[in-house]
Amino acid sequence: MNTFIQVMVNGLGKGAVYALLALGFVIIFKASGVLNFAHGSFVLLGGYVAVRTQDDLGFTVSAILGVATAGLGALFIERVLVARRPLADPIALALLTIGVDVILTEEIIRRLGVELPFLGRPYDGKPIQVGDITFFRTQLIALAVGAVLVTLFFLAFRLTGWGVAMRAQAENREAAALMGIRRGRVTAAAWVIGGVLAGVAVLFLATQDFSGSGLSRGTHAIALVAFPAAIIGGLDSTEGAIVGGAIVGLTEALSAQYISFEFSKVAVYVVMLTVLIVRPSGLFGTRERTRV
Amino acid sequence: MLLQVSDLTVRYGRTIQGLADVDVDVPPGSVTAVLGANGAGKSTLLRAISNTLPLHRGKVTSGSITLEGRDLAKLDPAEIVMAGVVQVPEGRQVFTTMSVEENLRAGGLIVAKEKREPARDRVFELFPRLAERRTQRAGLLSGGEQQMLAMGRALMSSPRLLLLDEPSLGLAPKMITLIGEIIREINAAGTAVLLVEQNAAMALKVAEDVVVLEVGRLALKGRAADVKDSPELAALYLGGHGDSQDDTLSESAEGTDAEPATPVARRTLSKWQG
Repeated sequence: MNTFIQVMVNGLGKGAVYALLALGFVIIFKASGVLNFAHGSFVLLGGYVAVRTQDDLGFTVSAILGVATAGLGALFIERVLVARRPLADPIALALLTIGVDVILTEEIIRRLGVELPFLGRPYDGKPIQVGDITFFRTQLIALAVGAVLVTLFFLAFRLTGWGVAMRAQAENREAAALMGIRRGRVTAAAWVIGGVLAGVAVLFLATQDFSGSGLSRGTHAIALVAFPAAIIGGLDSTEGAIVGGAIVGLTEALSAQYISFEFSKVAVYVVMLTVLIVRPSGLFGTRERTRV
Repeated sequence: MLLQVSDLTVRYGRTIQGLADVDVDVPPGSVTAVLGANGAGKSTLLRAISNTLPLHRGKVTSGSITLEGRDLAKLDPAEIVMAGVVQVPEGRQVFTTMSVEENLRAGGLIVAKEKREPARDRVFELFPRLAERRTQRAGLLSGGEQQMLAMGRALMSSPRLLLLDEPSLGLAPKMITLIGEIIREINAAGTAVLLVEQNAAMALKVAEDVVVLEVGRLALKGRAADVKDSPELAALYLGGHGDSQDDTLSESAEGTDAEPATPVARRTLSKWQG
């Protein structure tokens, strides 16, 4: 029973990080209609700036710098490549983001060289013992940070003018434009938020507790789990992104514990395929309806 | 003149002509109706005024659109809304996943915060049904209620000119009458209205001036009182058996002042978008 509780808490902690990544991916998709395959490179960008500055500036300042850089990087991509092509085919824009991902990832990996620098100094590798149960501090803090950020996001999404504008634009771009809602501002803000969430996620991903590896190509690969998380929840559902992230985190943790570590990565995709077979639009996604 | 559309020509892509040399004037405080069958270019005209043609891969190739002398063609849709021209698009297009109140909020985002609540109260006064359904999801409203919401949402920014694209589409006769009365009330409060309609009977009851489009060209223009008795209208638009034909439309038109525009050669409607 103790093992089960430990696995569940650690799984939820991982799920919170996946949820942040999936939420960023979904927000960008909802606001601009672009499947952003460069999301993993935003993770690396934020992480790279944080590891390069943490010796001089300390963890907190370097973390803030990393998060801000990931947000600004996302904004740069949106302004330069997406905003100038408002009528571009979404598939063409998705392919464009793959190109961005390859360039950004390869350049950061080249700069890192053989280094695998870890992030999360204040909390990484310092487990908490409660009776017979061991909790990883990284996962607990990830869970708390994820809960706070998700709550803040949903409050803003429901209560602020930006949230109303974004929901309006996500549902009907032309009607939103006819209400005076500026598409450019809404999509730019969405890309910044997506980048910022990726920048926060890497502070937990590149740790001993989470992945056992420092910032590397492997971090990018782990970040790609955001895609199945978003697909499981439904690509156009922010609530779905949270649930999808939690499902992916728990699936990974439970299958690693009770089946095998190797199978845990495959299990996520087995769950995704199962969900797609039962509900092609994901658990919370909008069903496509066509009048004939 | 509040709105002046002069010699407007619109194309979709390289080959499809949506409008050709169309002139429409909207005097301040008036209701002007634009009539025409499917594909006549009515919605294209509104898209050109609101500058949303690029979303449909269309563009204005010649002519001008001015609001009290200010060139609207150089403004983006948001700036046009801020200038006081707001459109209620065809098919309502309310935000179905949002509540009635959130839809109204979306319509009032461009106005100062302190003006939003009084604007919402005015909308609820005009449409008490919306006040009753304020927390309900817009997608669950009836067609008539959605039309009220679309109009209320547009009124949140207190426009000087309201563009209405087929507000009667798909509504029951009783609801059409009610929508007509509400348009009169909105106009009486000082808002000019450019009403695009297929339902000539409803539009002619509400409007003072009428423009009839046929396959992208101006076919007839005049005072509503004159045009409704004009045989030109029946010939150009109703074809003598339109479903919105009113008794008054088929009466003799001798002595009327309606001006037929340059005769339009008959074309296949499917060649046109609008």
